[in-house]
Amino acid sequence: MDYFQDIIFKLKRYWADRGCIIQEPLDLEVGAGTMCPETFLRVLGDKPYRVAYVQPSRRPADGRYGENPNRLYKHAQLQVILKPSPADVIEQYLGSLEAIGIDLSKHDIKLEEDNWEAPTLGAWGVGWQVMLDGLEITQFTYFQQCGGIDLELVPAEITYGLERLTAFLQGKDSVYDIEWTDGVTYGDVRFKDELQYSVYNFELADISILWKLFEIHETEAQRLLFLYRGLKTNKQRFPLLPTYDQVLKCSNIFNTLDARGAISVTERVGVIARVRKLAVGVAEAWVDQTANSVPASSILSRDREGAVAEGTVQ
Amino acid sequence: MNLLLEIGSEEIPDWMIPGALDYLRSHFPNAQADGTSRRLTLRVTGLPEREADREELVQGPAITAPPQAVQGFARKQNVAVEALTQAHGKYTYTKQIPGRLTREILAETLPSIILKTPWPKTMYWTGKTGPRFIRPIRWIVALFNDEILPFEVAGVQSGNLSSGHRRLGLSSFPVTFNNYEAALRENGVILSAAAREKKIIDEIHVRIKPDPALMHTLVYLTEFPTVITGNFEPEYLKLPAEVLVTVMRYHQKYFSVEHHDGSLAPHFVAVMNTASDPDGLVQHGNERVLRARFNDARFFWDADQKRTLEQRLPDLANVTFQAKIGTYLEKTQRIEGFVAILDGSDHALRAARLCKVDLTTELVKEFTELQGVIGGLYALAQGEHQEVATAIYDHYKPVSMEDTIPRTLAGQLLSIADKFDTLLGCFNAGLIPTSSKDPFALRRAAQGIVKIAVEAKLRIPVRAFAEKNLPLREFMRERIRYYFKDLRGFAYDEVNAVLATGWTELVDVEARLLAIQAVRPTADFEPLAAAFKRISNILKQAAHVPGAALSAALLEPGPETALYIAFEQTRHKVKQLPYQEALAEVATLRPAVDLFFDKVMVNVPDAALRANRLALLHALLTEFSTIADFSEIVTNS
Repeated sequence: MDYFQDIIFKLKRYWADRGCIIQEPLDLEVGAGTMCPETFLRVLGDKPYRVAYVQPSRRPADGRYGENPNRLYKHAQLQVILKPSPADVIEQYLGSLEAIGIDLSKHDIKLEEDNWEAPTLGAWGVGWQVMLDGLEITQFTYFQQCGGIDLELVPAEITYGLERLTAFLQGKDSVYDIEWTDGVTYGDVRFKDELQYSVYNFELADISILWKLFEIHETEAQRLLFLYRGLKTNKQRFPLLPTYDQVLKCSNIFNTLDARGAISVTERVGVIARVRKLAVGVAEAWVDQTANSVPASSILSRDREGAVAEGTVQ
Repeated sequence: MNLLLEIGSEEIPDWMIPGALDYLRSHFPNAQADGTSRRLTLRVTGLPEREADREELVQGPAITAPPQAVQGFARKQNVAVEALTQAHGKYTYTKQIPGRLTREILAETLPSIILKTPWPKTMYWTGKTGPRFIRPIRWIVALFNDEILPFEVAGVQSGNLSSGHRRLGLSSFPVTFNNYEAALRENGVILSAAAREKKIIDEIHVRIKPDPALMHTLVYLTEFPTVITGNFEPEYLKLPAEVLVTVMRYHQKYFSVEHHDGSLAPHFVAVMNTASDPDGLVQHGNERVLRARFNDARFFWDADQKRTLEQRLPDLANVTFQAKIGTYLEKTQRIEGFVAILDGSDHALRAARLCKVDLTTELVKEFTELQGVIGGLYALAQGEHQEVATAIYDHYKPVSMEDTIPRTLAGQLLSIADKFDTLLGCFNAGLIPTSSKDPFALRRAAQGIVKIAVEAKLRIPVRAFAEKNLPLREFMRERIRYYFKDLRGFAYDEVNAVLATGWTELVDVEARLLAIQAVRPTADFEPLAAAFKRISNILKQAAHVPGAALSAALLEPGPETALYIAFEQTRHKVKQLPYQEALAEVATLRPAVDLFFDKVMVNVPDAALRANRLALLHALLTEFSTIADFSEIVTNS
């Protein structure tokens, strides 16, 4: 039997062998692997890209104080982006299941229609939920739009729910019983997060402070986007990635406020629209910045005039 | 000659496949279309090798034209002048156009036929400007009499290679028209939906709750369906059957198993997309998932019982009904008011107060399709009266026009109040549905009101509730028309005739419609309707202003007086009669009306006489138009 961490190692190895960069998780709070710049920004533009990473994903409203065997405040997603998607992408995906020891000749796999949409990101795609013996183990999406922009190259996004998959493979009825490694359970490692974050998110988070934080990050994102829009030249050194960090902060604070029951009915739609506006703004700026950039190699060989301005890029 | 076309795709949503097959089939006279989750196949027989040859008559210059012109025409047609013929004063040439080869036509047209398949939602995958389809196309078989029809769609070249079931077959193998179905079968694919369904039915050996929609889903979700039966711990049967069935049906796509008395048995039937479960792993896995789902449901049920519906009521202030309209708490208060206006019982009022509270429960958040049902179950579990619980349970009904209406009067009134509140709220906020967009399902709400009012025979002044909002009034009228015309099958002109007279109470609308329908085949009815239309036109043309009383003294003896007498007699008789007999009675006026129009001139120069005749006609029209406006009846005459 594979431990939780073995399954992660094997999946990473599998996708590394198929040309993926293996990235580390984003060091900010996100609700899903899709929100990381490695997905949200990299799927934009016409540059092929392949990446896989584990992303701890926080959903404050899903917390259950560690009491529910199937629900977590923070779960781990293995996110794979294949841009553009290869013709045999589904067979490749099924191969990854074989790679972690699922003998598909003895199991039932179905791809059931499940289209994906993230209103706060202005993103949507079509695809399936992959059902293994009646259990949803993966979300498979062909992105069509991100940040309100039609994508040049259609990426396949494969998102594995690692706890569910491992519980299935290990035959555990509770995620907390998953064996992380020899002698250590998932509960040993993660129970405290689940309990303490549930207490914070549902009981102790200070609503007025969260609102202040939301506004601070929103203001900072707006300020930066405004600055970018005023730029005529020298766009590629502009810090759009830090701008996007501010958007992610807003998104997580919004989720926490929501879990806290602090977002009134009329506010909700409006707040989602505010986050979406920022996300779309960053996506548009990112596309513009990419289009107005020259590859690093040609920067080095450019004439002096250009080189002075862009000297700090490397 | 025959054609085999197979479009190989990644998994197509099951519910879209039959529509796509109908579309493909519609292009050929002798076509059979079949589909599985990964392929759409068209097989056509009896195709000609080529189109029939045609002749085309080309007109040239006039016979009188100079020879150069005639020679020029002949040269252009590439023939000698002697080959030209003459007709209608012109030179002509009969051109022989050989029919094109069918294979050429097919190779040219199939790509666009494929890409024009009407899908509810499409995607692109080869790049932003690439073609759109439901999911990526991965292979295409196109054979005309077993010869490859060469073409390309979305970068995929057609050929003779098909692909089998993802795990039971080869990923690539050649096929011919004749061996196609057998070759697929060898590679783990049952092509025919009927055969897949039969396989499923044959393999079910327990008593399942019949579910044609689920069966349809499973037939098109699979290429090689195989049934497995699983079990769950009987202790879960303590949860309400509605919850268990919903989990199995909607979340897991399982058939529920029942005892002979209809109660649930602790088993389920699942359909795999593979041939066997040699080690029992699939059964075990599905049982495990179901147990986790049931555990969740039980966890939610128990958690929800910590506070009663009554205690939860204030929480509705945090649930939006619609941003512009407000919260569910406000909606609840309006529904209560509405039920009071409708003269609802104390039980109906209590149900109104609690009907939306289940939206705050964990179980409904998890299983939204059980809203109302859960509220009803919780109400009963918390000691509310059975009447209250049933009304809450039923108040979203009818959820479709095939669905039944709420079982009790309290439930019927509550449902109507809820739906009317939604309609009024949305229309007043300007959220009016368009022909393509109806996000709040207002059509369904309005039709639900109509269905309940008619079928439960409720004397509710439907029109009065919509009176203040003109678009809503028109909307209701349209839904009433739709209900009687499209769902109940009344003739459109009868519906128009009845609605033109008014639609205050729908029970009354129905009674008048039934009367017209019964009387219409009688000999006098349609001619009389034509006469009424004529009266209506005469009054319109004369710009008749009603007011002047009919003066018996001004009536001329003969047809005019005869009509007046018939009118007076009928008028008195009709007052006491039910609609159908009243209409039959009105129809007996026909000879008198006909004679009047035959012999009496209405538009006479004498103003007093003319006014009196118009008054007679007006009296006739208004008196007998309370059941229906006969001028709306479409007649042949």
